[in-house]
Amino acid sequence: MSETWIDGNMLAGGLREIFTIDLTTARTQCAGCGQIGTVAETRVYQHAPGLVARCRNCDAVLLRLVRAPQRAYLDLHGMSWLELRLPDETG
Amino acid sequence: MARTAVLGRLTWQVATVESARTETATARTLALDLPDWPGHLPGQHVDVRLTAADGYSTQRSYSIANASEPGRVELTVQRVADGEVSPYLTELAEPGDQFELRGPIGGYFTWSPTEPAPVLLVGGGSGIVPLMAMIRTRSVAGSRAPFRLLYSSRGPDDVIYAAELDRLATAGEAASGIEISYVYTRSTPVGWPSPPGRLDRAALAAAGWSPDREPLAFVCGPTGFVETASSLLVEQGHAANRIKTERFGPTGGAR
Repeated sequence: MSETWIDGNMLAGGLREIFTIDLTTARTQCAGCGQIGTVAETRVYQHAPGLVARCRNCDAVLLRLVRAPQRAYLDLHGMSWLELRLPDETG
Repeated sequence: MARTAVLGRLTWQVATVESARTETATARTLALDLPDWPGHLPGQHVDVRLTAADGYSTQRSYSIANASEPGRVELTVQRVADGEVSPYLTELAEPGDQFELRGPIGGYFTWSPTEPAPVLLVGGGSGIVPLMAMIRTRSVAGSRAPFRLLYSSRGPDDVIYAAELDRLATAGEAASGIEISYVYTRSTPVGWPSPPGRLDRAALAAAGWSPDREPLAFVCGPTGFVETASSLLVEQGHAANRIKTERFGPTGGAR
């Protein structure tokens, strides 16, 4: 794929608009090839109506995020799971 | 997000330009007043949103340049030709101007001053900005983690934070804890020992740490630069999980 991509780090702002924790430090598994990695390490393509994150190993689409007025469309079908770090509840 | 954990969704706040400082012919640092800013980790970024009178709005991400302080953020922005946001930030914004900003964002490309491991910072162009936040945080926090910076610029006039980096270099590694190396891709200072050229294996090996030291590496710059630098580091024997990268697109990029 010759199109320029950036790191999954750049999903952080758009996802923090929806979720209360940072999803880019979460681990995830590609539903296509089984590759496990950090969301921040996926390849993000911006030249679309939204953001598209692809697997670093097999290029399958992991996540799509489209923002419209008063609405966000989030497609996570390419991820088998997400392992999220949560704040310490005892603090 | 460390001690200043902000729970709740990220929302836009109004930033007021406090001052502007020219860094190079195409880069400028804006100091912003943000009353509700909770502080940040070095390496984090913000999103800036500009809205025109007709309602058209556009946003871009910019790395934070300063060490954490409440109520204040510094952004260093490189002008991108034909950009929609950077020309305003680098040429037009004046003290008192206001625009929308949200952050701090991103927990991945961050360094903690409690981390004792040696650090290698590799920056291309304005990729120096989040790395400078790490250098400044190291100093403010009194960290003893040894730092090395390899900074690639087109030429000596394109070096952002040149005076501050010179002061660190002049103080010497023993005093500053930081060793700084430069790569020039288009033109070099007078008397520079090698011709201009891209970052290569030899430069990275000379400026960096041996893999035995298990350093943490932070690489930031245009996509091609980061690709080259991170591949060379892996080739040198550095563990992939010790290398954190932040690509910002084609040259010039979003910041």
